[in-house]
Amino acid sequence: MQRRRSLPDVLAGGIFVLIGGVFVVGALGYDRGTPLRMGPGYFPLMVGAIVAVLGLAIIVKGLVAGEVIPSEAVPWRAVVLIVLAVVFFGFFIGSLGFVPTSAVTALLTTLASRRVRLLTALAVSAGLTVAATLIFVVGLQLRIPLWGPGFVF
Amino acid sequence: MDLFDNLVLGFSTALLVQNVLYCFVGVLLGTAVGVLPGIGPTATVAMLLPITFNFEPVTALIMLAGIYYGAQYGGSTTAILINLPGESSAAVTALDGHEMARQGRAGPALAAAAIGSFIAGTVATVVLAVAAPPLAAVALKFGPADYFALVLFGLIVSIALARGSALKALAMIALGILLGTVGQDIYTGTPRFVLGQRELYGGIDFVSVAVGMFGIAEILRNLENERDRPSVLDRVTSLWPTREDRRRIVGPIARGTGLGAALGVLPGGGHVLASFTSYAVEKRISKRRSEFGHGAIEGVAGPESANNAAAQTSFIPLLTLGLPAHPVMALMVGAFIVHGITPGPNVITDEPALVWGLIASMWIGNVLLVLLNLPLIGIWVRMLRIPYQVLFPMIVLFAVIGTYSLGSNEYDVYAIAFFGILGYVLIKCGCEPAPLLLGFVLGPLLEENLRRALIISRGDATVFLTRPISATLLALTVAALAIAAFPAIRKRREVVFAEED
Repeated sequence: MQRRRSLPDVLAGGIFVLIGGVFVVGALGYDRGTPLRMGPGYFPLMVGAIVAVLGLAIIVKGLVAGEVIPSEAVPWRAVVLIVLAVVFFGFFIGSLGFVPTSAVTALLTTLASRRVRLLTALAVSAGLTVAATLIFVVGLQLRIPLWGPGFVF
Repeated sequence: MDLFDNLVLGFSTALLVQNVLYCFVGVLLGTAVGVLPGIGPTATVAMLLPITFNFEPVTALIMLAGIYYGAQYGGSTTAILINLPGESSAAVTALDGHEMARQGRAGPALAAAAIGSFIAGTVATVVLAVAAPPLAAVALKFGPADYFALVLFGLIVSIALARGSALKALAMIALGILLGTVGQDIYTGTPRFVLGQRELYGGIDFVSVAVGMFGIAEILRNLENERDRPSVLDRVTSLWPTREDRRRIVGPIARGTGLGAALGVLPGGGHVLASFTSYAVEKRISKRRSEFGHGAIEGVAGPESANNAAAQTSFIPLLTLGLPAHPVMALMVGAFIVHGITPGPNVITDEPALVWGLIASMWIGNVLLVLLNLPLIGIWVRMLRIPYQVLFPMIVLFAVIGTYSLGSNEYDVYAIAFFGILGYVLIKCGCEPAPLLLGFVLGPLLEENLRRALIISRGDATVFLTRPISATLLALTVAALAIAAFPAIRKRREVVFAEED
């Protein structure tokens, strides 16, 4: 393993510092209490500080003697489409109902692959919607309406 | 003898029709996800967890456990046939197993893996049955300070075992603990970090974290580089190993079982460590060292036995202490809690039918697995031809539906997307997701016991050092941290893992 300056290390460290920092700032707003009777803010403050310090250590190490991590290009199309598909599901399941929401989510996800053709994608998502309906609604009797109130033909 | 009565109770529970059925479903699914590269047992269990909420608790746990140890079996099939480990612990099986397959000896390699796994699984379940009750009895003497030290010890040991940078693993654990503090404070009820959203009062759902980090992030990793799967060796002939083979696998299976049973108890992927260690041991003591890497059957039988033994004994900390040793176990803690059972030393006395039913089901599961894996090998080979373009949308869709059905809470679904992206970025930066999930599940336990211990000791922090159990565990924690941090020892650790490359 080669050791040199490493961007991923710095990025990872940055994320830890950021999240740790946000929690520290948030925890300052809660009652800290005393060690005897800790308030809700005590533990998150401590752990948040630990995360931030470890993040700083990772950044420093990344600048001096980082890990070289083999990396491939980010599949932006997949990132965008899959996030979109998941968020769509959460946002519309209440209003559109099970079948339409699942179908759109499945289609968006299927298109995340760069190698899929539209016709194949449509067929796969139709198949998955039927399968999901059979498994979850018919088989496991989840109480989600098949067609929601917001869905109009 | 109690053990006998317990086992009778266990088998009378495990042999109920629905339990055998769901044990079968569990090992079948486990084998499937073990065989298929790109989907692991953690994501599968997370996805199916919501479904099991309608079951009896024991049925639910039997099925989830079946998925976990079934995946250890299935992972070897892919490793041997197409040199792609379906599960991380099968990476070492690929070394000699695939080489055997290329020499036309795929049958004996698969048989050695299955026989080794069966023997190891059966023996390790005995270890589990014998070791669990006394350990639970000891654990009942634990006070909050001891529990705090134990949880901390478990978390730190899991870094010593994880691959990659120890510093990053430590940070991932701490981040997991931090994310676990979201939601209402246990003592005062104050909502913390909820951004004013009522839906977050109950905290972040750990199913969302698991599905995001292990499901979505893994899919994004796989979509970075869409390649055709390496072609499958299509014919598997003459499964039965020759007499020479049978003679050669006896020792490795026995040693692998022992190693696996011992190492499986360790938190954080003891089964991966077990298979690597077993391979290293077999290579060292073999008279035919030069054959290793070129199709030595010992290199298949040993590690496969080890990882399967470890898969069974990793239930020991879960059933006796309520501590998960693996992300899948962390999900099972969730399954316990949903069914109103607090995992811990009391479970074994309060819910004997559940614990012994689960243990007994593992024997049944192991028998089912041999039947599934040897005669039906052709079906699994055919399953490898399912294109990933169909597989990954199925994972995403089923994951969001399953997660949503938990509490009809759309925030749980948004959390999947959030943790999918966070997990993807962190994995790309060389951080492993497993420590984060362990930290997330154990974090609340850590906080609760820390605060309770200090209330009992009236704010005297030395309580952690004056209680012998707690002091011993903390000393061990420091030692584990030292092992993870010191370069000289780390180097040895890297040597063990380097075999994989």
